Amino acid sequence: MNALALALSAAQTMLALAGVCAVWRLVRGPRARDRVLAFDALYVVGILLLLTEGIRNGRTVFFEASLVMSALGFTSSVALAKFLLRGEVIE
Amino acid sequence: MTLAPDLPTWAAIIVAIAALLGAAITLIGAIGLLRLPSFYQRVHPPTLGMTFGAFFILCASMLCFSILQSRLVLHEILIGMFLLLTTPVTLIILTESALREEHGAQTAAFVRGEPVDEPEQ
Repeated sequence: MNALALALSAAQTMLALAGVCAVWRLVRGPRARDRVLAFDALYVVGILLLLTEGIRNGRTVFFEASLVMSALGFTSSVALAKFLLRGEVIE
Repeated sequence: MTLAPDLPTWAAIIVAIAALLGAAITLIGAIGLLRLPSFYQRVHPPTLGMTFGAFFILCASMLCFSILQSRLVLHEILIGMFLLLTTPVTLIILTESALREEHGAQTAAFVRGEPVDEPEQ
């Protein structure tokens, strides 16, 4: 099914563009909170990119990788946001 | 890069449309994150990718693996639940830190519904 490969390539290209947008905001963001927000968007784009790669290869390894990525991404972005809110991560 | 799973035609069409739709929605959210002028406006667009973008791509993945392994594969729901439950936590903490930094602790207390001292006239 060649059309499916083409559609998956287009989806991956769009997700990569979304990642570029998030990285641009991460680099440029005027304040630290914009950077945390961009990081939050970036790891979600990474998860979706891994999932489309999993569809393309038909293997479940990518699913496990994206599960780990969602857990670690949530933890780190909450730690960063908490640091911005309170000035320390664990009170 | 022309690798693709061997799916029946109807499933391939649904998987392709769902993956394209999810990626397009995520891209729209990321463009919004890049273009909108203020922080409070920029908080909203990435949630497009975290809700609907993830929903469509996870549906495509579920359908694809269900047909490839010829049994019901639903473990992608785990990622969806995790994203849906954790995104608001991060964004609420982030927005409250922005409010606190710009308007002082009183506004943040007001947002949480706590009593606020009225300034004396």
